[in-house]
Amino acid sequence: MHLTEIVDEQLSEMHLCEECARQKSAQMEQQFGLADLLAGLSDTSKPASSKEGEKTVLKCSRCGLPYEDFRKFGRLGCGECYTSFKEHLTGLLRKIHGSNKYLGKTPPEYLENQAAPTEGALALVLPEENLEDLKQQLQSSIASEDFEKAALIRDKIRNFEKKDK
Amino acid sequence: MRIEELLNHTGEWLRGTGPSAHIVMSSRVRLARNLEAWTFPGRSAKKDLEAVLKAFEGAVNRSSALKGSTMFEMTELDQVDRQMLVERHLMSHEHASNPEGKGLLVTAEEVVSIMVNEEDHLRIQVMRSGLNLSEAWDIINAIDDALSHELTFAFLPSCGYLTACPTNTGTAMRGSVMMHLPALVMTKQINKVLAAISKLSFASRGFYGEGTQASGNFYQISNQVSLGHSELDIIQNINGLIRQVIEQEEQARQALLLQNKPMLEDKVCRSWGLLKTARIISSQEAIELFSMVRLGLDMGILKHVDHKALNELFIMIQPAHLQKIEGKKLNAFERDTKRAAVIRQKLGGKDV
Repeated sequence: MHLTEIVDEQLSEMHLCEECARQKSAQMEQQFGLADLLAGLSDTSKPASSKEGEKTVLKCSRCGLPYEDFRKFGRLGCGECYTSFKEHLTGLLRKIHGSNKYLGKTPPEYLENQAAPTEGALALVLPEENLEDLKQQLQSSIASEDFEKAALIRDKIRNFEKKDK
Repeated sequence: MRIEELLNHTGEWLRGTGPSAHIVMSSRVRLARNLEAWTFPGRSAKKDLEAVLKAFEGAVNRSSALKGSTMFEMTELDQVDRQMLVERHLMSHEHASNPEGKGLLVTAEEVVSIMVNEEDHLRIQVMRSGLNLSEAWDIINAIDDALSHELTFAFLPSCGYLTACPTNTGTAMRGSVMMHLPALVMTKQINKVLAAISKLSFASRGFYGEGTQASGNFYQISNQVSLGHSELDIIQNINGLIRQVIEQEEQARQALLLQNKPMLEDKVCRSWGLLKTARIISSQEAIELFSMVRLGLDMGILKHVDHKALNELFIMIQPAHLQKIEGKKLNAFERDTKRAAVIRQKLGGKDV
């Protein structure tokens, strides 16, 4: 294993055995972890309006990931985090990519699905739906091994039951 | 397909032909995708990871885009088997080291592989021989379309595809090209070139991707940004950069020939001799010698060497492959011996 370090444009090479290399790489991750980088970046993009007290309790509304954890580890917990942490992420994404404008493809199904509610309303229960129908749909989607649909229906049933209480 | 069957061949992308194959070994495009219905793998319980695996398998079965592919569940493979999949560039180290709830789908010729439940639910990759990112993009784009027909991906019109790490958010696409740059190394211009690459927001890495160091003069160059550009723009930008690096390497090769042709020929031919006769060889030494032989082949110094055989050796001489070929665990010394034997056999070295 070879390690090339560039410090202040000075290049140095190290020759390490596999074990040492692994240790060195863990060490470097600690030093230059993406998490630190992200933390540094998002610090400067802190919205002026956020008060200290608010910041500590900011959590994703779906997966419950505390914003602090994202700052520490640099990983988001679910798609909804992007909405929950929107004010922080907008600036961060611009810093990472030099732009926060999305210009890539749109999933072919996405436009069609827009008719149905999405974005944070994954498991919105439509008025005409009832618990029995949903349970039946759940069974049939499990039978046809469409587990993704099943998970969405499961969430719907949960919401339904919550509402009934 | 059983995992042992992989040993009978190597990936189609190692065939050693295609555009600029004298400098570009292979091109790879990968997309990250997450399923809207579940939290990202890092924040999912084991049962949710298993549900994602099942949902993905269901989608693959319903779609015709990935016919004839094989699904491996990581927990059903032992450590050497998983390492073998890493050595074949089909998946990451991270995917091998923590197998719980993880899967890998591989198509027949290893053109396409999909890691399930790595950092994101799906990491789709397509490999092609030579400089061929556009073709890789066409293939992966069609697979992505087919899968999005069956699965709902986490996506927002404002951010694009949503990924666990914000460095991937947007197109969630990374295009990378494996380049062989021995002349730029020998003429000591490589650091200048790498510095220019990083200034342009591209990354350069070693042969085994993220976190690895360049060996045998191989460098993997990839895009960093995934917002602000379309997928095709990103691919065009990488192509433009790679063409410039190719030109630099070609010039450096010509300069080497002009400066000291006999010295270069000596280096190449000694490397060839060593590979065909050595009895004990480390993977580092082997890769450095492959690099010289490859250079000799691409510059017309050596003939009668098979590009494909040379490319395949990069994979076959790795530790897990040697142990699978031998059919038992080998210690470091036994591997060095076995490695030398595999190389001699492949390159037609006489057992003198």
